[in-house]
Amino acid sequence: MADGDHLLSLRGVCKSFGGIQAVHSISFDVDAGESVGLVGPNGAGKTTLFNCVCGQLRPEEGDVVFDGTLLNGMPTYKRARLGIGRTYQKVEVFTDMSVRDHLMVAERARRGEGRLWRDLCNMSNPTADEKERVDATLELVGITQLADISVNALGLGNCRLVELARALAAEPKILLADEPSSGLDLRETEELAAVLRTVQRERGTAVLLVEHDLSMVAQVVDRAVVMDVGAMLAAGTFDEVMANPEVRNAYLGQVDAV
Amino acid sequence: MEQFFGFAFTGLPYGCTYALVAVCLVLTYQATGVFNFAFGAQAFASAFIFTWLTQYKNWSGFEAFLVSVVAMGPLVGYAFDRLLFRHIANSNTTAKMVCSLALLVGIPSLLPVIFGPQNLDATATILPFFNPNVVYFTLAGQPINGIDLSAVSVTVVVLVLLTILLRYTALGLQMRAAVESRRLVQLDGVDGNGVVAVAWIVSSFMASLAGVLFAPTFGAFTQDDYVTLTVVAIAAAAWALLRSLPIAAGMAVFIGVLTTVLQGYISPSSFFYATILPSLPFIFLVGALLFLPKMRELDASRDPLATIDPPPPPIAAASRAPTMNRIIRTLWWIVFAGFCVSMLTWIPDSWTTVFNNGLTYSIVLLSITLITGMAGQLSLCQATLAGVGAFTAAQLATHLGLNLLVGGLVGAALAAAVAVVLALLSLRLKGLGLALMTLAAALLFDATFFNETSITGGPQGISVQAKWLGTSAFFNFNGHAMFLLSLGVLIVVVFLVLLVRKGTVGRNLAAMRGSETATAGLGVNPSWQRIMVFALSGAVAGIGGLLHSLEQQVVSPTDWNADISLVLVVLVVTTSVTTVEGAIQAGIGFFVTEQVLTTVLPARIGGSSLTVVLFAFGALTYAAHPEGVLEYQKRRHTMRFERLFFAKEAEAEERKAARAISTSGANG
Repeated sequence: MADGDHLLSLRGVCKSFGGIQAVHSISFDVDAGESVGLVGPNGAGKTTLFNCVCGQLRPEEGDVVFDGTLLNGMPTYKRARLGIGRTYQKVEVFTDMSVRDHLMVAERARRGEGRLWRDLCNMSNPTADEKERVDATLELVGITQLADISVNALGLGNCRLVELARALAAEPKILLADEPSSGLDLRETEELAAVLRTVQRERGTAVLLVEHDLSMVAQVVDRAVVMDVGAMLAAGTFDEVMANPEVRNAYLGQVDAV
Repeated sequence: MEQFFGFAFTGLPYGCTYALVAVCLVLTYQATGVFNFAFGAQAFASAFIFTWLTQYKNWSGFEAFLVSVVAMGPLVGYAFDRLLFRHIANSNTTAKMVCSLALLVGIPSLLPVIFGPQNLDATATILPFFNPNVVYFTLAGQPINGIDLSAVSVTVVVLVLLTILLRYTALGLQMRAAVESRRLVQLDGVDGNGVVAVAWIVSSFMASLAGVLFAPTFGAFTQDDYVTLTVVAIAAAAWALLRSLPIAAGMAVFIGVLTTVLQGYISPSSFFYATILPSLPFIFLVGALLFLPKMRELDASRDPLATIDPPPPPIAAASRAPTMNRIIRTLWWIVFAGFCVSMLTWIPDSWTTVFNNGLTYSIVLLSITLITGMAGQLSLCQATLAGVGAFTAAQLATHLGLNLLVGGLVGAALAAAVAVVLALLSLRLKGLGLALMTLAAALLFDATFFNETSITGGPQGISVQAKWLGTSAFFNFNGHAMFLLSLGVLIVVVFLVLLVRKGTVGRNLAAMRGSETATAGLGVNPSWQRIMVFALSGAVAGIGGLLHSLEQQVVSPTDWNADISLVLVVLVVTTSVTTVEGAIQAGIGFFVTEQVLTTVLPARIGGSSLTVVLFAFGALTYAAHPEGVLEYQKRRHTMRFERLFFAKEAEAEERKAARAISTSGANG
């Protein structure tokens, strides 16, 4: 692994929309198997930064290096095949499809499959190996019983779990989880945090977590990076950054005020 | 310079009428989110009524104007909103497009059904003080008559009034707000439905006005003349990014003027005059789609309340109880066997031809199942791709003596190649952008390749000769050989479509319909998936096109023009665009309905026109039932049947699903 053995390295990443600087010169690293929290108030630029890492947005300046590969200019699907998985702030599920099919899409996409001639020759039926891996992921996330149900019938909480399972089915080296507990109740949030911890510890998947629920962040992450108005405010262990007066002023101060 | 201005002034009246329709498109899109392809058809309908009243009923131009524009325009607009578009305000772009395409196809077909075929020659103007036969003055050597004056002056007045309405009134502000979300402005206490209804009334009035201003510039006119009006207006609206009324109007006038200037300078006998000039509006449209990045964002949903909409219902086959499924499958096989035996034994020759036509059309329609049903995109050039396949095979047979069926495979490959080029050009376009690109391609082919006698043999087409097939069996009136060939190819195509649907590509396309962002985020290359499905769809259309032309015994450009592409879409969405049986039902249903209506009804009404009207009305239900009317009825009756005979089994399935959801960790 190049770049000082870091799995993901951001170097001076900048992104603006018109005159608004959404992300300004952000630099930090995530190591393999590490769990990092990315916190900050609304409008801090966290999701924009995720979009820059995944390739949905192109940064104007700076480099994104993943597993030794410079990602600048690389399309989203190629970054995903390198091992970047993601869940979304606004749930993105495939309407009409069963939960199992969601995972099957991810399983095949991971290997860049999708050749028409194989479909036309009836060579695209799921193999025993694929079924086994899909079942294992369903079990890991705890949604085995939903496997054959269409996502149309599921509520927000289950859809978030489906999204997480789909991202994990691609066996990413890093999972970017964008506010996964949004819309979930306390019990569901705890269960989700447990799944993320399991994924990190048992599969060795690095996790970059954007989350407003600081108790969940505290449960899941090893380190935290705090952003505010597009810039990086602090970085360190969760307790360190929470003790930082600037962070308290910019982020927690608002919570206190509320 | 005087000559230049002379040519330019000639184009001004055309440009003004184009501007009116372009403004209608932008206004409606901005206020309602609907891109109404049917404004050209509405303009034609008003011109039809106006001319019919003045020419055959001896009404004055002003009286006819009051009926065909002042009364009919707003009434039609209000009816469109009240009866149709209001109910699909929250539907997706494809549903809205399909409904407006159904109107585009249905309205011109309805007129001959009501009034009978008419030879229309417009000579009257709407304003009594402008005499069409009087030259009032000359500009740069060009005589300006009452037709030119009324077109320009009326357009200027109407556009000024519209600008005042939109910029300086509360209603204009509400219209601009309603486009984001009609439901959201209602929460703010604004009568969103009323605001949108006004937008429809105003724009329909303007379309009708454009129609009656446009007709006298031609004198004798047909529906085809209004295709140009529609396409120029679409191109101008596209350059205005469907946002700016002044840019849309200005661009429309520019295209109108540029056309007449080029007509003046280019020799009528030159290649450019015959091919490039008629293609000018399409070139402008393609240019806007390729070079304006904002055109790629047209489909982004802007309704903040969109998430409260329920998901579409599953197709009948996916929601049936297992026993019911087995029964229906068995019944299908029995019907299929009965149909085959009947076709080969007792069905009379005239009906054999009808069914053969239906089978070959079904193959072409399956190409739409691939693109629209599986990829969720609307292609408006499937007839063109069918024509590419048919003409390629005919040309190879004519010049190289290649067997027509072997040539058909080459034709299918060429149609696939054309489809791939189109897919590459449209990689960043979706929904409306893609539909417009494919429509432009279809019209471009009509104006160029399909208009070239050396390729198509002229309007009468190329007659299929028995020696090209090595047998005359396909020409026998009992049609058995043709039936077996069509059925064999149809079965192969059906299996291919089913294999793709259940395979990786089909699953990826289904995922892309749900969320292209998330699909790409998993490692799927959306562009490549789309190119593959376009290629397959092109090949299927090419083969279907050849077989249908073979059944007709002539490969004719009129069988595969842009109008037919629109009709094909209307046919298949009426039944079901998501299932293979939907395509087959549409193909056979169209020809059977036409045959029945032709036999039963008087010739004046015209079986073909009425059939198109009936299917167009069927397609209008697409928004309410995106799975197709037949599919909706199938699901409804299946559920009723299940409740009667398999209630326990169906309930057990439902309970199983409910239990799984309720026992999962996060049941929302």
